[in-house]
Amino acid sequence: MPMSTTTISRVYRHTLPVRLFHWINAACFVMLLMSGLQIFNVHPRLYWGATGYVGMPAVFEIAGDAASGGHDSWIQIGSLRIPTTGVLGAPTDVPSFGRINYAFPGWMTLPSGTMSLGRGRGWHFLVFWIFVANFAAYAAYGLFTGRFRRLLLPSRSELRPRAVLRDLADHLRFRVPAAHALGTYNLLQKLSYLLVVAVLLPTQILSGMVMSNSALALFPWLLDIFGGRQSARTIHFVAAALLLLFLLVHVFQAFVAGIVNEMRSMITGYFHLPEKPNHE
Amino acid sequence: MNETEPSDIESVAQTTRPTGHPGKIALMRRALLLGAGASAAGIVLAKNWPTLSTESGYQPLLDVGDRLGQVVQRSLMRRGTLAPEYRRDQLSANHPTNGGIGASYVDANPAYERLAARQFRDWQLEVGGLVANPSKFSLNELRAMPSRSQITMHCCDEGWSAIGEWTGVPLGWLLGHVGILARAKYIVFHALDTIGGVNVFDSIDLFDAFHPQTLLAHGFNGETLPVRHGAPLRLRVELQIGYKNLKHLWRIEAVDSLANVGGGRGGLFQQYGYQWYAGQ
Repeated sequence: MPMSTTTISRVYRHTLPVRLFHWINAACFVMLLMSGLQIFNVHPRLYWGATGYVGMPAVFEIAGDAASGGHDSWIQIGSLRIPTTGVLGAPTDVPSFGRINYAFPGWMTLPSGTMSLGRGRGWHFLVFWIFVANFAAYAAYGLFTGRFRRLLLPSRSELRPRAVLRDLADHLRFRVPAAHALGTYNLLQKLSYLLVVAVLLPTQILSGMVMSNSALALFPWLLDIFGGRQSARTIHFVAAALLLLFLLVHVFQAFVAGIVNEMRSMITGYFHLPEKPNHE
Repeated sequence: MNETEPSDIESVAQTTRPTGHPGKIALMRRALLLGAGASAAGIVLAKNWPTLSTESGYQPLLDVGDRLGQVVQRSLMRRGTLAPEYRRDQLSANHPTNGGIGASYVDANPAYERLAARQFRDWQLEVGGLVANPSKFSLNELRAMPSRSQITMHCCDEGWSAIGEWTGVPLGWLLGHVGILARAKYIVFHALDTIGGVNVFDSIDLFDAFHPQTLLAHGFNGETLPVRHGAPLRLRVELQIGYKNLKHLWRIEAVDSLANVGGGRGGLFQQYGYQWYAGQ
């Protein structure tokens, strides 16, 4: 009978800078999201155009009947009303506001207290500067080392309809493509990472700047891009929701692909390849 | 497609593995150092947690974000960097207000009511501190001074915004008129409205004070400034957010330091976690 041994080979998949960018960005995103919800809670209405205030039509609103003593709450999008009783918009007594429907529960916000607007903004701005420095360093690294071109830009062959369909089918069956083990990305991965890095995160920075009086004075053309301050605020909220969706799918996919190995490669850099029996 | 040849793995591993791959002992040493560092940080954090976890405990950390915004935005600005101005047909039909006399959290103020009942004929603005000619001005004297009208957006930190036309004396002109001294660095504003018995006050630096759009406004939408918008005189500081635009002014003061203004925080709202530099 021949001797059989097992060797574990591993791939150095993520360099130290990439791992640092990843975790700093992850921490920043969570804190920006939570402090953003704290800010949103004070005026849980979104508008389109330059101006918006209570009395003007909202395109999105988390509301309820707490002010008139009721227990129901809902999300209002145009004429569409989605009940959220018990989930969002809990009736809450807030000093100097009275009994209101408090949009997002305290545990989701930073800081966690109700109507902590000043400090919510404080966290948002502090973390913003860490996030933006990290994002700039990551962008410089990705461009300078050719990482973006090598890993994120889809190749011509990947964009052929047959290849696109196969990649879609792989995802629908939760099959992890072999390329994954070697530290390259499949088409949907490339497109979703590109969407985050090249579209959603820059959108957040720019739409946030529209809401900063001084940044807007410096770059007034931002108004033309976003079509007004309230439009920018709405886009800021929608893009944040899309980024949260990305985060949830991203974590889910890490579980599908093997959470221990994925976490190991994102912490130590080394991804363990599947065991292969060697016959001698 | 799903099978990967061992030779591919080797080549990837070889081309991407860093040259100085650490051995087991080096890894253990690194883990030990990391563990020791984390424990030390944990002990320091735990010991100071009762202070750090309170809102005033971590406020200095949040102030870093505020200062960073100020340094970055100010380094890009020129005196002529203006906040966007709007057309008359863009004026908000029903410009909301927040704070000031009449707000739910602002004290009832009989002395103010008496002033308002006589159309502020008994009211005077005091201009003092580090100026050559400390002076008092009646409302009529202020109206006779050079004035500027601007249609700008009021951006409340809560998230709503509205467009209004403000008419008033450019603060920079008034400071020149009373001979502001060279060692003055900040302007402190004192308001008639009180919260919990304390008069509202806030401060800005000389960049904002001498900015062409910074006004002591006595007119709103072509009329006398109404009570809800801050009669008889309010600050318009367009490079910063809503709450910096103090209402119901009665005294302004040039100072060389904020060390003794609001316990070094520069204003009343800042003691509740709001930013002093609210340009971002």
